[in-house]
Amino acid sequence: MKELKYRGIAASNGVAVGKLRFLKNSIEKIPSYTVYHIDNEILRYENAEKIADRELEDLYKKAVKNSGEESAEIFSIHRMMLEDPDFHDLIKNNIKEKQMNAEKAVNEASKNFISILESTNDPYLMARVTDIRDISERLVKILMGKTTTSESILEECIIYTDDLTPSEMLQLDKSKILAFITAYGSQNSHTAILARMNGIPCVVGCGTLPDVLDGKYIVIDGSTGEYETDPSEETLIFYKKIMESEKLRKYQLQRLKGLPSRTSEGKNIMLYANIGTRQDVKCVIENDAEGIGLFRTEFIFMEKTSAPSEEEQFIIYQDVVRKMEGKRVIIRTLDIGADKNAQYLKLPIEENPALGLRGIRLCLQKQEIFKSQLRAILRASAFGKVSIMFPMIASVFEIKEVKEIIREIKTELIIKKIPFDPATEIGIMIETPAAAILSDLFATEVDFFSIGTNDLAQYTLAADRQNPSVSRYYRQDHESVMRLIKIVCENAHKAGIWVGICGEIASDISVTKKLVLCGADELSVSPPMVLPIREKIRNL
Amino acid sequence: MTFSYMITDENGIHARPAGMLVKFAKEMTDKITVKNKDKSADATKLFALMGLGAKKGDTLEFTVTGDNAEETIIKLREFCLKTF
Repeated sequence: MKELKYRGIAASNGVAVGKLRFLKNSIEKIPSYTVYHIDNEILRYENAEKIADRELEDLYKKAVKNSGEESAEIFSIHRMMLEDPDFHDLIKNNIKEKQMNAEKAVNEASKNFISILESTNDPYLMARVTDIRDISERLVKILMGKTTTSESILEECIIYTDDLTPSEMLQLDKSKILAFITAYGSQNSHTAILARMNGIPCVVGCGTLPDVLDGKYIVIDGSTGEYETDPSEETLIFYKKIMESEKLRKYQLQRLKGLPSRTSEGKNIMLYANIGTRQDVKCVIENDAEGIGLFRTEFIFMEKTSAPSEEEQFIIYQDVVRKMEGKRVIIRTLDIGADKNAQYLKLPIEENPALGLRGIRLCLQKQEIFKSQLRAILRASAFGKVSIMFPMIASVFEIKEVKEIIREIKTELIIKKIPFDPATEIGIMIETPAAAILSDLFATEVDFFSIGTNDLAQYTLAADRQNPSVSRYYRQDHESVMRLIKIVCENAHKAGIWVGICGEIASDISVTKKLVLCGADELSVSPPMVLPIREKIRNL
Repeated sequence: MTFSYMITDENGIHARPAGMLVKFAKEMTDKITVKNKDKSADATKLFALMGLGAKKGDTLEFTVTGDNAEETIIKLREFCLKTF
């Protein structure tokens, strides 16, 4: 491989060559001044409204074509909001009575409607707040003469941006995006996560690129984090070839859709996918995963200023479970700790966060939050096949306490006549060496195991996985970790339960064979890796 | 003319059904207003409808005024059964 000139942080694999496109999303400051020509200002607003309506109509049509009626609906709701007479009146009133300029009048009106929706205390309606923000931003951008995100992408390009929100990502036509490159952010920023979910190459943390590069060619390699702006003809051709062959391979993998993940010896592997938000389900289905092996619920908690209510969570879990149409969905309860924080939890600063109050330990301490999550999950179990999984277990008493809590909640649901699936499976993550060594005892307590190799390796090798200076000591396929995996699989099978693997190692093609030989029954991988791993399994 | 309808849909009147009601109301020549507890809204206004915060089990009171009120109510009833 040819080396490229610059280096950012590798965030999503793959090579891309194409023209850069600068996407500057944020409106830094909304202008505010007093207007005297009221009629002119109203006309200016009315024109912007017409343009916005036309944009939304286009977006709706495009979205219907690209991703179907259901995901397009959001734009038709946006149009209705835009047409709402109360919204119009308030904006015009702000201009007439308060002599506000159109931008400010729109912004103030949207604030007003946001507070109305927030006062309903209904999670569905509160979620619509983002939509009001979207239409208000759209109007303001048009008024300020800026192009809006969705309009600007008409040809294939590599997007340069600060960071994208999920709703902005939804608006982008992903078939036109060759790659993402961002100024800031880490492997866990929105853009990086969404890029991985969609199998789009991504490099983050490249710093500010000068404006003159907008529209110029760039080469990026998402697996190494390297990139080069304004590359030589030779480099361009070299990387174009790689990109073409990657594209061809992706296309060839499509023929594996609908086929079983079965080895040549006839062993069936349950090939599942990992997700973090309800939007990710689309990628799971597109890549033909056989279930969801790990639904991380942290994002639902981390993106909020207060703990999400049971109702809010129920809506999300139920939506995911329904969309999976009876396929297994393993929901992992809140795995938050000092490094993944949420301010409202007011967690104390710990000297050793990885060994601190995290995962199940936190849940057993903040039982109200834990119980509302368990109720939401159990209620969702009435709509499909749900399994609940608990993180960071080390001793048997922990799972016993958890089971007691579940029993209480089930009784409560029965009394209140709220439907749930009484046979909902429960399982634990095996991510501490203690849990691996005691897996024979745990196997009689739960219905399944899922080995989280990211943490298991870190705790077994005493090497921090986020500390680059010990990265050569941290290996998920280290012999010690592999032996633990083997022990866990043997103990599980002796007790008649199944074992999955949901760490990063499950997505590593070079280790698939070893994992299957160790006895793994299920592998849970990132959605774009489902088909490559299926191919590997079928060739074993 | 008025008629009452109890919402049976699990999710109440959230954005999608509210949007459908707006569409429906705009097609009618009569004026339709909806009341839930102490709040009421013009059925052609999306934000106002969502602001009713109507949930499963709530009873909505529809008032139809206009020349075709009787006919509109029949259609409205059908619409409600289908949507909420």
